[in-house]
Amino acid sequence: MAEAQLVVKDLHGFYGESHILHGMEFHVAKGEVVTLLGRNGAGKTTTMKAVMGMLAQRSGSVSFEGQELIHLSSNKIARIGLAFCPEERGIFSSLNVYENLTLPPVVKGGGMSLEEIYQIFPNLKERLKSQGTKLSGGEQQMLAIGRILRTGATFLLLDEPTEGLAPVIVQQIGAMIRLLKQKGFTVLLVEQNFRFASTVADRHYVVEHGKVIDMIPNDQIANNTAKLEQYLGV
Amino acid sequence: MFELIGIPPQALFGQLLLGLINGAFYSMLSLGLAVIFGLLNVINFTHGAQYMMGAFVAWMLLNWLGIPYWGALLLAPIIVAAFGMVLERLLLRRLYHLDHLYGLLLTFGLALIVEGLFRKAFGSSGLPYENPIPGGQRLPFMFLPNYRAWVVVASLIVCLGTWYMIERTKLGSYLRAATEKPELVQAFGINVPRMITLTYGFGVGLAALAGVMAAPIYNVNPTMGSNLIIVVFAVVVIGGMGSIMGSIVTGFTLGLIEGLTKVFYPEASSTVIFIIMAIVLMIKPAGLFGTPK
Repeated sequence: MAEAQLVVKDLHGFYGESHILHGMEFHVAKGEVVTLLGRNGAGKTTTMKAVMGMLAQRSGSVSFEGQELIHLSSNKIARIGLAFCPEERGIFSSLNVYENLTLPPVVKGGGMSLEEIYQIFPNLKERLKSQGTKLSGGEQQMLAIGRILRTGATFLLLDEPTEGLAPVIVQQIGAMIRLLKQKGFTVLLVEQNFRFASTVADRHYVVEHGKVIDMIPNDQIANNTAKLEQYLGV
Repeated sequence: MFELIGIPPQALFGQLLLGLINGAFYSMLSLGLAVIFGLLNVINFTHGAQYMMGAFVAWMLLNWLGIPYWGALLLAPIIVAAFGMVLERLLLRRLYHLDHLYGLLLTFGLALIVEGLFRKAFGSSGLPYENPIPGGQRLPFMFLPNYRAWVVVASLIVCLGTWYMIERTKLGSYLRAATEKPELVQAFGINVPRMITLTYGFGVGLAALAGVMAAPIYNVNPTMGSNLIIVVFAVVVIGGMGSIMGSIVTGFTLGLIEGLTKVFYPEASSTVIFIIMAIVLMIKPAGLFGTPK
């Protein structure tokens, strides 16, 4: 195993009174694409928010390249080089496409230029002056991912990027994630659709009731289809 | 032509100018309220007191330190904004996760305290503040005092400048984004709590600036803010809470309407804004420029 970039240990998370994460344990190596698979409400999104510092009540350990993140606020975590793309995409309706795209500040060098982003997502370039939320679902997803590629962050947390999108767009997003891996990005992906996940990821963690209950390397996914279907209730 | 309807042009334009001046203050104050409400979700009832503080700080700078109007125009807003930012850090910050009502109660209480303190220290009869640019222009249809012309022009510049900053600059895009989804903006690496403090300071500074500009016209009085703020809240309701351009346009328009009412039906001049507010609330509850949530 390559050296882990992100190591999560005994991560607990709460929303008010409800205890959502019950000791999540997983790690992601540099340059890897890793998914968190699981049913609705298993705690996948909460895990991402806890890693990103967006969950107010959390405990345990999240270490990134040796630095402990658990007590840092989300703006500090972003400055270290982690970037989050939320499930609901988080496009701002009071900002146009260009403003949305350039909103996240550049946190370190080595991010993609706008030209490179337009090459991956040519649709965006044609709609820079449109209101962010006037874009189609697929375009909004591209905008949501595109804007975090500029920042120089090398660790991307993508929360269900394919949700609700047409198959042709899902394929594009798959191709984009493979391209990001080629470029050296590390990706933590939340997915419900393991068939899609198996086309992009190296390893899969199965999450249930706020815990990792299994880990399946992608090359063994074919042998584990029945088990996965049972886990995910498909 | 004016004589035909029984209104001498001097009276008409005089009242229009007065309306424009009032409108300038309505605009600047409701703009600050809109900016603060947008990001903080707090209805800043201390706004009137902060406007009054701006006027008093200008008076103190002049009478205690000999700093003239033009210096006060810069210094007083900074001083009052600093006071506002301390309030935000110590008190307001604790209320963001609660209902609007708590912020409203806190800021209302603070307004009463501040006003009371100034009344105790300076009495309630008011203090004069000298007009920095006396004299005026004799126009064919009216006499235009220099200082009032300056107030209208300066407030327009301040309002449009604020609008430009919020709607057209990078800094403004952070502000607009944080108004919509503060957690996400923070997760992009922006220190949102600090931005909230500075935004509150900016809104308060706008109120204080309006106070400095008002001092030579209305003199300096501990109750000057509470008299004005009720009308300003009506303006905010009519324009739509949180809308920047809405505050500016509504502020000036309602000032003018108030002025015209003084000419044509003086009895209604102090209620016309509230009548308009009632009508707008019936037809468009979110305000003329507001978007329903």
